[in-house]
Amino acid sequence: MKVNLTVNGSQHAVDVADNALLSDVLRETLGLTGTHVGCDTSQCGACTVHLNGRSVKSCTVLAGQADGGDVATIEGIANGDDLHPMQVAFRANHALQCGFCTPGMIMSAIDLVESSDAPLNAEQVREGLEGNFCRCTGYHNIVKAVLDAQANM
Amino acid sequence: MNAETGIGASVLRKEDARFITGKGQYTDDISMFGQTHCVFVRSPHARAKINSISTERAMAIDGVIRVFTGDELVADGIGDLPCGWVVNSKDGSPMISPPHPPIATTLVNYVGEPYAFVVAESLQAARDGAEAVEADFEVLEAVIDMATASSSDQIHENAPNNQAYDWELGEKDATDAAFDKADHITTLDITNNRLIPNAIEPRAALGSYDAASGMYTLYTTSQNPHVERVVLALFVNVAPEANLRVISPDVGGGFGSKIFVYAEETAVIWASAKIGRPIKWRADRSESFLSDAHGRDHVTKAELALTSDGEMLGLRVKTIANMGAYLSTFSSSVPTYLYGTLLAGQYKTPAIYVETQAVFTNTAPVDAYRGAGRPEATYVVERIVETAARELNMDPVELRRKNFIPPDAFPYQTPVALEYDTGNYAASMSLALELADSDGYAARKAASEANGKMRGRGYSCYIEACGIAPSQLVISLGAGVGLFESAEVRVDVSGSVTVMTGSHSHGQGHETTFAQLVSDRLGIPFESVNVIHGDTGRSDYGLGTYGSRSIAVGGSAIDKAMDKIIAKGKKIAAHMFETTEDQVEFAEGQFSFAGSNEPKPFAEIAGAAYIPAVYPLDELEPGLSEKAFYDPKNFTYPAGSYVCEVEIDPSTGVSRIEKFVAVDDFGNVINPMIVEGQVHGGLAQGIGQALLEHGIYDADGNLSTGSYMDYTMPRAADLPDFDVDMTSTPCTHNPLGVKGCGEAGAIGSPAAVINAITDALGVKDVPMPATPHTVWETIQQGA
Repeated sequence: MKVNLTVNGSQHAVDVADNALLSDVLRETLGLTGTHVGCDTSQCGACTVHLNGRSVKSCTVLAGQADGGDVATIEGIANGDDLHPMQVAFRANHALQCGFCTPGMIMSAIDLVESSDAPLNAEQVREGLEGNFCRCTGYHNIVKAVLDAQANM
Repeated sequence: MNAETGIGASVLRKEDARFITGKGQYTDDISMFGQTHCVFVRSPHARAKINSISTERAMAIDGVIRVFTGDELVADGIGDLPCGWVVNSKDGSPMISPPHPPIATTLVNYVGEPYAFVVAESLQAARDGAEAVEADFEVLEAVIDMATASSSDQIHENAPNNQAYDWELGEKDATDAAFDKADHITTLDITNNRLIPNAIEPRAALGSYDAASGMYTLYTTSQNPHVERVVLALFVNVAPEANLRVISPDVGGGFGSKIFVYAEETAVIWASAKIGRPIKWRADRSESFLSDAHGRDHVTKAELALTSDGEMLGLRVKTIANMGAYLSTFSSSVPTYLYGTLLAGQYKTPAIYVETQAVFTNTAPVDAYRGAGRPEATYVVERIVETAARELNMDPVELRRKNFIPPDAFPYQTPVALEYDTGNYAASMSLALELADSDGYAARKAASEANGKMRGRGYSCYIEACGIAPSQLVISLGAGVGLFESAEVRVDVSGSVTVMTGSHSHGQGHETTFAQLVSDRLGIPFESVNVIHGDTGRSDYGLGTYGSRSIAVGGSAIDKAMDKIIAKGKKIAAHMFETTEDQVEFAEGQFSFAGSNEPKPFAEIAGAAYIPAVYPLDELEPGLSEKAFYDPKNFTYPAGSYVCEVEIDPSTGVSRIEKFVAVDDFGNVINPMIVEGQVHGGLAQGIGQALLEHGIYDADGNLSTGSYMDYTMPRAADLPDFDVDMTSTPCTHNPLGVKGCGEAGAIGSPAAVINAITDALGVKDVPMPATPHTVWETIQQGA
């Protein structure tokens, strides 16, 4: 099937199998390998991207469902050389180690902060990130980074 | 040194630039022209005879290129996957290592064991092909319970009683004598739960063969690509070593599970030559659960002999270790030399005797997982010490202090083979108590009780042994590899430096830490140092990263190579100063000579080395590039004191960690930010073991916890903030005074958590994981 997607501001018309996942199209068809796949049950969150402004697990969205949609991935959130405040905060707070969960974690965290009406506290950040696994950091510095980024978003 | 980037500075990581922008290059991110895809066909049975395998239906599927079975590998001379450490039983006989073909041929011995694989044009076609492979199995009685394994059906023809070995360490008679004169004996029957490592990046491999050159290239998720290469070349016979290049690009966590040589990469690299095209495989998470080597899984009876006033006289430990169906790459060393040797803990217990019976079951192989033997040892020692204190009505802190090896007793020879070089255990304990606000505990406990909650506090004082070595010692104990590390420090013409290390980073930040080492020592900008690892085509043979060895062994190798760089630099400078090399000093990036007031910066000497105008080339070779292999003189011995405070809701059984304090002594620290991060991650896995994680097989050998829906990974809301601090007694035998920090958190924390929970509940033991259900049931039984 033909699917039209806007990904990180660029328009793409791609021909995909009916059962192709958004994560497959991003990684295999468009070469955007920053979106990672870490599980097969929609639990780990490594594949999180934004679809029409909200975070989704791209392994759980059929490419066809995203037809006509606006997708943002980890490759598309910086403004040129200016990193997104969440990217800056992750580095500044040592909120990543192996880096594999990081793209999904950052995409989830951005949506968490942007969709919150009031500033989040640490407990709310922990609960808000329940859809994303990190096996390296124990989340301690991720929570710090999100709170830090929130002040600059 | 530069205060912002030198040793001891929390420099932000170089590698983050690519990871936070999605530019990391993990194995599955790499694709090759003409690439095919591979799916493994895995056993649905825990134990069965393979009568026949039919591949015709699979071959008929559009896009399927080839279906391979184990017989084809055997016919091509592909060998078994070896276990690289031969442990001897009490009677001196070597362990029994059953044949372990990468792709099963006549028998399958655990659910998930591969018995065929399908290579196809697309992943979808390979999946369809794998579903169409048909096998006729004769299902056999599975052996699952390790406690009864020795009296169950025999799994392997060459392993009577399903026993791999029956090992011992320490003096039995002296230990028995200590028990004879004891005033009090504390006994504890405990289990160390099976864990599934779960690096978030699943294992993957991309193999290719170039017929024109005869070169094989394997990209894979390995913590130690050189070990992967030598095993595949020498033991498995995939290719001559010279014709095999193994590359571990960015690796998304390992925690031990990516040390080992597995069936999948073996099959992929071998088959790539058969079909003449690259083959890629990436595990689904459900495959990771089934086929990554698992961790821990011990059943132990421990006894501690004490005087009535709490002096520890002797420790007797009998452990059954579940090895799973086969001996994985380094599995045999885990419940023996990485376990029994650590049972002295931080204490001067004079007599210790340990026996480990390693048994086979029809479950996934068990091997090293973060800590590897040392968490199991710490769990035994710190649970029984705390239990003994309660039985003797002593403060567990006081009992520990009374028995600590004092700072003036180092070097200290334990009764279980190790010689600790340095430590100050009481100092870590004091700091931990201060950070834990020990004085305010009574008030917090009263407040919890006023709210209908139960509060408990537990301690754990672990010892670790990192940087397993020296090579000749470990080889004499059965290791099939040396345990040195390699380094090459290559100075560029402009004075910038490229470092090649045999260590490998899969999250530890070596590109930053090693650059700090080099920048600090050579006095050059941090930005001018580039660290390269993970490619057998670029760095010398090295042993990789596990066992918290990289800074202590790999870092020391880099330091040793820099010794040679500086020595050669002095020779070159001596010619420029028209003096002798012993008159040249090197400090702060400058070569200087007392007879000259114009010191030569490092970059100037580098330039002179490559533009060799000033020194005689018959005396001194041009260039400035040096290699070193560093073989440690001893293990390093990180140690620490952990304090955990839990609050339990008796109506739900939920245990909430209210406070977790970790004080570690890692000796000198290069980058405190990275070290603290390593501790955080270790604590999360240790707390995960204590409260949440459990790899469970049912009686038929099906993995009940085979997905993230069933295996409870710690999520952000499950964990507390950590209070992390450090003390320091620098290692005495490596040039950097460093010890290693990767595993400490996972080693020390489970006992602290369970000691806190048992304190809160007033019971002797709660099995790990102390889930709400388990805790609630324990409360009900006591009620």
